[in-house]
Amino acid sequence: MIVRLVDGVPRRALWLAIGLLVLALAAPAFVGDYLLTVLILILYFAYVGQAWNIMMGFAGQLSLGHALYVGLGAYTAAALYVHFGIGPWLGLLVAAPIAALAGAFVGFLAFRFRVAGVYFAILTIAVAEFARIGFDHLGWTGASAGLFLPVAQYARNDLWHLRGHPAMFYYILLAATVFAFVGCYALMQSRVGYFWLAIREDEEAAKASGIDTFHYKMVAVIISAGMTSFAGVIYAFYYNNLFAEQIFGIGRSIEIILGPIVGGIGTLFGPVLGSFVLTGLAEMLTAALAAVGVDVPGAKQVFYGICLLLVIILVPDGIWPWLARKLGLKERQP
Amino acid sequence: MSALLEVGNVSKRFRGLVAVDRVSFAVEPGTIFAIIGPNGAGKTTLFNMIAGTSAPDGGSIVFAGERIDALPADRVCRRGIGRTFQVVRPFPGLTVEDNAMIGALLRRRHTETARAHAHDVLRRLDLYDKRAQRAAALTLPDRKRLEVARALATDPKLLLLDEVMAGLRPTETDRMVAILRELNRERGLTILLIEHVMRAVMALAARVLVLHHGAAIAEGPPNEVVRNEAVINSYLGVEDVA
Repeated sequence: MIVRLVDGVPRRALWLAIGLLVLALAAPAFVGDYLLTVLILILYFAYVGQAWNIMMGFAGQLSLGHALYVGLGAYTAAALYVHFGIGPWLGLLVAAPIAALAGAFVGFLAFRFRVAGVYFAILTIAVAEFARIGFDHLGWTGASAGLFLPVAQYARNDLWHLRGHPAMFYYILLAATVFAFVGCYALMQSRVGYFWLAIREDEEAAKASGIDTFHYKMVAVIISAGMTSFAGVIYAFYYNNLFAEQIFGIGRSIEIILGPIVGGIGTLFGPVLGSFVLTGLAEMLTAALAAVGVDVPGAKQVFYGICLLLVIILVPDGIWPWLARKLGLKERQP
Repeated sequence: MSALLEVGNVSKRFRGLVAVDRVSFAVEPGTIFAIIGPNGAGKTTLFNMIAGTSAPDGGSIVFAGERIDALPADRVCRRGIGRTFQVVRPFPGLTVEDNAMIGALLRRRHTETARAHAHDVLRRLDLYDKRAQRAAALTLPDRKRLEVARALATDPKLLLLDEVMAGLRPTETDRMVAILRELNRERGLTILLIEHVMRAVMALAARVLVLHHGAAIAEGPPNEVVRNEAVINSYLGVEDVA
């Protein structure tokens, strides 16, 4: 299976991936606490970007409400932990189906009643907003006062309950990112991947080729939502506090999609590269400004805006397709 | 021998306009059947109803012994009808090979068997050497053949071709005619085509149906149809002047 997966990959791309992976594995030994938190953020956005990319990059369905699935994952796992002492991994077994169900709900509404394009995007925002307002009033999860996980000094990392040093979260997110990357690669080599591309390219022609477009779009949104919820679980146990106002906010949904857009929608390396560029450089900027004693609120947002503008003007397909050409690599799909 | 496709009294109205008016015909398995007629005669509307893109307002469409007039396009394709579009629409951002792959995967679970089949089909349509190119970068004749390839890759029993010759130069038309004839002879593929290019119709079709203002005004072997007075007045005469 693994050998078959690797079969069609250009050698150079393989070495690049392995090299990056080795660097990533060794990184926590060399970086300080601050840089480690930045790396965690990068991996976090790489992972959710990859999940979002399944819907937009592969199946062509623009979701602007992916914060919904992050929030559902985070709240479900956190509430189970706070109220019943159920650990995050068991919590994930509940959170992922709930997020997938929410995705199925959005998908069903849209795809059954032919809500497409911009209207689909608006629908995804609307459902995320409903969740934001709902959770902001739901007493069981702390309503607008927030939901807090107990925090204490831990003598050692407790992987089962996700209590411990940031390095643990780093390695979990690294594993998740690698898993998502390989998983997406496998999906794109399979029947469902080809059918997604057909739907993305021309839905009418996809139907005429015998593809049940409703079914395959549902598969995309369900996988994407379920995957995204895992990021929410990690978020909850990493930050230990949840506010509906923040986690379901549209700003969060936008943050999720910036990485893939900058890196290259519909590519496998795009979400990873985009997250690295955006989050990495933005944090460096923040650190540099702090170092020279300048405090500019919103500097990060301005930086995101500039990055987005530059990418749209200079490399509209994203940085990765351009970089891949420079490196002499080529992903199968544009 | 019963017909592969039987269209019975099919009608379609758009608001007040009757686009297709109680049209009936039957296509025998293994034959090539052509539908001709002036622009706006209802040919593509009729085609879309057979392919499941739109439902008829009345009448029945029976394919291989089963009613298909209530089925959506994807299920019609899975029953064994492949189609092309009048305005070609291959998947523009994908390679030629991937376009054919998508058709081939309809009845094949594994990408490797599908790829072998896709290569087969691309060779038949002289596109194998261009398989790594993006569909958007192809010339119009190549894109037309790619659409036929994609439809063919779904292993249809009946192939619906909507003006695949339009916009082709005579040599390219002859090439397409040769390919279609070969598919029909070697594989027994049944073909239903809409065509304006009479040169292709005469060369290919065993039977021709002439539509005018949504109604069938003549049907028969091509040599008879071109001598039909109503056909000359409504369609061919006009074409000759142009």
